[in-house]
Amino acid sequence: MQNKITVENLNASFGAKQVLHDINIGIEKNGITAIIGPSGCGKSTFIRCLNRMHEVVSKARVSGKVLVDGKDIYDSDIDPVDIRRRIGMVFQKPNPFPTMSIYDNVAAGLKLNGINDKEILDKTVEESLKKAALWDEVKNDLNKSGVSLSGGQQQRLCIARALAVEPEVILFDEPCSALDPISTSKIEDLMTGLKEKYTLVIVTHNMQQAARVSDYTAFFLYGKMIEFGETNQIFKKPKEKSTEDYIVGRFG
Amino acid sequence: MKWNKRRLIDRIMSILTAACVVIAIIPLLSILYTVIINGISAIDLDFLTQLPKPVGEAGGGLGNAIQGTFIVVGIACLIGLPVGILSGIYLSEYGENRFGRMVSFVADVLTGTPSIVAGMFGYTFIVLYFGSFSAIAGGVALSVLMIPVVTRTTEESLKLVPASIKEASLALGIPRWKTTLHIVLSTARSGIITGALLAIARISGETAPLLFTSFGNMFWANGVDKPISTLPVQIYTYAVTPFPDWHAKAWAGALVLIILILILNISVRFATRRKYG
Amino acid sequence: MDRPKLSFFSIRRSKLSGDFIFEAVVGLFALGVIVLAFLLFRELLIESQLSWNTFGMGFLTGSTWDPVSEIFGALPFIFGTLVSSFLALLIAVPFSIGIAIYLSELAPEKLRTPLSFIIELLAAVPSVIIGLWGIFILAPFIRDYLAPPLSTYLGFLPLFQGPMYGLSMLTGGVILAIMIIPITSSVSREVIMTVPLQQREAALALGATGWETTRIAVLPYARSGIFGAVILGFGRAIGETMAVTMVIGNSPRISESLFSPSYTMASVIANEFVEATSKLYISSLIEIGFLLLLISVIINIAARILVWKMFKVEGGGRA
Repeated sequence: MQNKITVENLNASFGAKQVLHDINIGIEKNGITAIIGPSGCGKSTFIRCLNRMHEVVSKARVSGKVLVDGKDIYDSDIDPVDIRRRIGMVFQKPNPFPTMSIYDNVAAGLKLNGINDKEILDKTVEESLKKAALWDEVKNDLNKSGVSLSGGQQQRLCIARALAVEPEVILFDEPCSALDPISTSKIEDLMTGLKEKYTLVIVTHNMQQAARVSDYTAFFLYGKMIEFGETNQIFKKPKEKSTEDYIVGRFG
Repeated sequence: MKWNKRRLIDRIMSILTAACVVIAIIPLLSILYTVIINGISAIDLDFLTQLPKPVGEAGGGLGNAIQGTFIVVGIACLIGLPVGILSGIYLSEYGENRFGRMVSFVADVLTGTPSIVAGMFGYTFIVLYFGSFSAIAGGVALSVLMIPVVTRTTEESLKLVPASIKEASLALGIPRWKTTLHIVLSTARSGIITGALLAIARISGETAPLLFTSFGNMFWANGVDKPISTLPVQIYTYAVTPFPDWHAKAWAGALVLIILILILNISVRFATRRKYG
Repeated sequence: MDRPKLSFFSIRRSKLSGDFIFEAVVGLFALGVIVLAFLLFRELLIESQLSWNTFGMGFLTGSTWDPVSEIFGALPFIFGTLVSSFLALLIAVPFSIGIAIYLSELAPEKLRTPLSFIIELLAAVPSVIIGLWGIFILAPFIRDYLAPPLSTYLGFLPLFQGPMYGLSMLTGGVILAIMIIPITSSVSREVIMTVPLQQREAALALGATGWETTRIAVLPYARSGIFGAVILGFGRAIGETMAVTMVIGNSPRISESLFSPSYTMASVIANEFVEATSKLYISSLIEIGFLLLLISVIINIAARILVWKMFKVEGGGRA
């Protein structure tokens, strides 16, 4: 397998509290890697380390290496802003910009990075919304407020927004935890389609979801990575006792 | 029996405290009533558009004072809004350090500045320097009262913007300053506008800071470096004379001023209610 | 897609400086707030130097204010400011606490917001308009309806002796009370609302009535915050200028009677600053202004510390 991201000896903390211990993992290009584990196991912190969003919170610290295409994103000559443009993120709760229209939400990333050509913007907005499977539902309402959409639509809008800046990797932080089952299945289908062009990492609470969509699964517990492997293997023949306990529902 | 006594005390206290509310509202009603009754009879088109006339002569108005109020408040806004809003942005986005806490503290302390002291500052700082009372001096004095209020309300509205909105923007690879300027600021827009409008409403009625800064003038404004007439100062000047004619003018001026301010206040109240409903 | 791709380096450089410039600009304006405060103190301090050098501490204790022979003592004004403000508190505090209790604890839910809005509306009325109303409505009312019974029943006290012409210390105190009720009551109300729900529920579960809950569970808890609200009102009263100037009578005498005219620090500045011609006269007025600023600032800090503590400890109480 060809790794898009290689994580080496990653440690992360908030103030005095260490939340990630010595994580090593390789994330396959054009695959979906799921991170599972009980709440508080550090899985959200982990993916926030992959696009340097962890350090946005005050007193947050990171050490170790995260190599994207072989280049460490924590090198001193790297600007986190560039990293975040290459590695997009979809959050737990849909968070469209409340004062912007649907169109402007999708175009925001481009506009604020200095691209104002109307033709390019129109084209990108349409393509992104199509990729996010939202175009048909909103094509006549592009000037409506982004927050007027339903929860599931808002989340797909956020995916379109992330796609518009053409990232290479997209991180999903429990993207369906606030959604109903129908919206959830739409987003799962969407992810499967997206992996042709993008590398996807998804944090999820929901083991069925991990089993359904991912190619690889990592199990986190108490800030440590317990086990990592092909999704089939993790769910059918886990090597570690605690992975098995978690999967059969003995805790978490 | 005992239960009844306790119920009785409960009722009495409810009535007593409600009476406090009613009594506190009476002055407001009385003020509004007298201003409206006395003001309306003295108000006409001339009052709004003409210059004042000497005592004893009929007619005339406070046109120049209304004009002057807009000019002086406008100058105060030109100084106060940028300083207040940008300082507020600093406090909410970068203020988690000793300097930020100090600015925050100083802004809090400045909100307690007596308005007459702000006027004194305008006098020693501007009037003495330029050697003349002026609209600018009045604007500076009012901006001293405005800046701390706008700073704190801006800071508070910005802090209400959910972190998730900021993160969404940062995660798109939008630099922090653009995130603040285009995403956070526009999300907090209505709160910041509310704070600014309330500050404007407050300084529009201020008299004490203008007594010896913008001073007064019987004619139309002829430059921001000259003394200028304002509505509050003119009301005061007329109120403390012994002439019933001028008292009527003071009431009419009060009506104009109170309408301006109440419109600002009430519209703000409705605007915010709809927004956050 | 043929979108122009900026080179890695140029993007990075422009952004770094963008963040730096933005922080520097807003930081500079924030510094402006501190500079403003510094200038405010410095200006008044420098301009009052002459008076300070001439009279020293005697300025605070001297009771003669004679512009003709250039003898300036600020005691009558300090006295007038303190007495009128205390009088205002004496009247306003019970009302404010009553209002705060009613609007946060006892009033029907529907009435709370509109009523507190109306009360706070009073704070939006310009001081000069309240003064205008004070001259023509409140002063005659106090002279005709409040002063006579006071002198009849309490006339044995020096406080209520002598003739009453309307413009007096009493009128000044009443008008200040009216003006500080909005702030004292609204801050008290906010403080009371920070009392945790569990506190109330504990009392209610014991079968306490609404008032008993307030008395047992809420008020003791909110005491220091309410005290802060009262001090905040006091600070407001001390700095208030126009309305008091218009109704207090403006006579620099120290009198025992509340019926006599008086003079406050803010009023003497408002009345005499423009007419003051000699350097020493102006400097003395500025020294009064400086004292006023100093007192207001100290009071404000004290009040904020008290109110703040409530919000810090119990900030999330109701959330």
